[in-house]
Amino acid sequence: MAKELMKGNVAIAEAAVRAGLNAYFGYPITPQTELLEYLSSRMPELGRTFLQAESELGAVNMVYGAACTGARVMSSSSSPGTSLMMEGISYIAGTELPVVIVDVMRGGPGLGNIAPAQADYNQIVHGGGHGDYHPIVLAPANIQEAIDLTYGAFDLAEKYRSLVVILADGSLGQMMEPAELPEMKPAIMRTPDWATYGSEGRKKRILSSIYLDPPEQEKTNFRLEHRWQEIKANEVQYKEYFLEDADYAVVGFGTSGRIALSAVRAARAKGIKIGLFRPVSLAPYPEKELFELSKRLKGLLVVEMNAGQMLEDVLNITRRQIPVEFYGRMGGILPMPEEIEAEIDLLVNEPTAANGHPRDRWLARFGKKN
Amino acid sequence: MENVTMEEQLVYDRPESMASVQTHYCPGCTHGVAHRLVAEVIDEMGIKDNMIGVASVGCSVFAYNYFDFDFVQAPHGRAPAMATGVKRVLPHRFVMTYQGDGDLASIGMGEIVAAAARGENITVIFLNNANYGMTGGQMAPTTLPGQKTSSSPSGRDIEVAGFPIRTAEMLATLDGAGYVVRRSLHDPKNIRMAKKSVRLAFETQKHGLGFSLVELLSTCPTNWGLTPIQALKWVEDAMIPYYPIGDYKVNPALKELKI
Amino acid sequence: MPPQGRIEVRDNYCKGCEICVAACPQGVLALAPERLNIKGYHPVELIEQGCTGCGICAIVCPEAAIIVYREVKSRSQ
Repeated sequence: MAKELMKGNVAIAEAAVRAGLNAYFGYPITPQTELLEYLSSRMPELGRTFLQAESELGAVNMVYGAACTGARVMSSSSSPGTSLMMEGISYIAGTELPVVIVDVMRGGPGLGNIAPAQADYNQIVHGGGHGDYHPIVLAPANIQEAIDLTYGAFDLAEKYRSLVVILADGSLGQMMEPAELPEMKPAIMRTPDWATYGSEGRKKRILSSIYLDPPEQEKTNFRLEHRWQEIKANEVQYKEYFLEDADYAVVGFGTSGRIALSAVRAARAKGIKIGLFRPVSLAPYPEKELFELSKRLKGLLVVEMNAGQMLEDVLNITRRQIPVEFYGRMGGILPMPEEIEAEIDLLVNEPTAANGHPRDRWLARFGKKN
Repeated sequence: MENVTMEEQLVYDRPESMASVQTHYCPGCTHGVAHRLVAEVIDEMGIKDNMIGVASVGCSVFAYNYFDFDFVQAPHGRAPAMATGVKRVLPHRFVMTYQGDGDLASIGMGEIVAAAARGENITVIFLNNANYGMTGGQMAPTTLPGQKTSSSPSGRDIEVAGFPIRTAEMLATLDGAGYVVRRSLHDPKNIRMAKKSVRLAFETQKHGLGFSLVELLSTCPTNWGLTPIQALKWVEDAMIPYYPIGDYKVNPALKELKI
Repeated sequence: MPPQGRIEVRDNYCKGCEICVAACPQGVLALAPERLNIKGYHPVELIEQGCTGCGICAIVCPEAAIIVYREVKSRSQ
């Protein structure tokens, strides 16, 4: 199939359609709105369900209900709207339902702004909703990857009865790139042995996240944890660039990882042996791979569009065995390749001891600059 | 030659759509009557295997255990949104939410208004017992002016807490509503009327006439501090004057139906 | 003669709320003073003749605990 020039939000939407999306429920919010707008005509055209909900609260609970029937369902939003969905996300996790949610992140906290950010890392990867649960979180860095991850997200969700979040940001949602679309599947309505679609010919079923009896609740918690171990063992995804002979590496996901690649190329041109480690699955995080990598490095630079949310995970994973530095931009500002290049120079030429916190050093430097 | 003998006939038995379990409701609570009416109507319409119920949060949180058909459990107030999701992907199934007044008229007011306005083809059984039963009888949006509850110990002060919400009247103003009525469960005559309304609500859904809701005035003897019999009397004397029994929206096509 | 009827109570559903006792037009229902069900309630029972099988007790019962029977004339050739 030939490549087409597509906007990120539209590409994600069409990839979901081609994956057999049966029903979409959403609410407009910049910078995700084109996804909803596109589906508002595309889904009815195919005889599938599209509904603009009264709020993200409504949307996530519509997805919750529709997922109970065995239908392939999705919603999408951006940071403040995703915050509002947290209630439903926790219930979906507690009921063990396959659901795909796209979060096109923007600046925050609060209303923030509509420019790209990555500050939902903690609320998505480490929860946000109440209770112990682990969504599968996939972070694309370009439009082809966004298409491929979205297309595969539904199978993944159904395989593990799990929530899958496509964690993108405003720049990916808004940018246009040539990409290839996968083949079209019909709308998918499954009848797995847990779904509630009417009890004809079988006993009634109940789908609920309530376990009033504490031992029963704990049993469910253990089941979710064991399933997560299985997901961790099987579903890790990451990309490596120029790491074969590297002494140093940048770690970045999504758009910041993509921008960091330009900086890595520039540093390589100057003779610095540096590569890029880009986690694609933020949950499960490529922990083993990053740890193994770190053992043969002299230093790491973490680049994010937030104040160092993934940084904490990188510090844990690398066990503070090597120097780690951090560079972040916030408020909807993208880190520029030259800025990252300057941070690489600093990492290589003025190494700091592994003690102290990289965020403190970043804040000190950032304070001087501003 | 004709022989006339006396033969015993079954007049009433427990509906099949009710599960064979004892409910957790307090003695005399009319939630059980509402459950029974819903189950009777579902039996009569023969739609048990085509049903998906949506339970809410509050005393009716365990409704899914008491009906013998598929059920899902919604977050507090979100049952109409969840029911919308089910109904939109399974338009030929019957979808019902069963919600109390705290769930529907307080935390879930946004979801119920939006579902009614969309003309969502679902049936809502709405129990109004003028307080939050499950958490121990706090003030609800339906608590009457002056009514004492555990969170309005001197009686609901309308200067502070504002006024009760007449849900049926309010939702009936929406064009998407096909059938919106209020009934009461305090005596045999009203229970019979309520059952007919539950039937009409499901008929509304069956004929694709839009959103249907039956508000049922219900007792909460435990939290009201009354005996079951006194509680029924309180519905009649205190609640009905504020919440009149009535048909607030009836799609004309329903009047033509022969049931 | 008024029609003859009778009820059966599924004891384990009954919570002894007495709504049926108050509603019975014939006044022939009462809680069993010495019997307890599995949940510790005194279940309702028919205490004397006079039940007409009108079904009002079943209509008001919040537990669907009552089965109602009524005698009807049956003609056979």
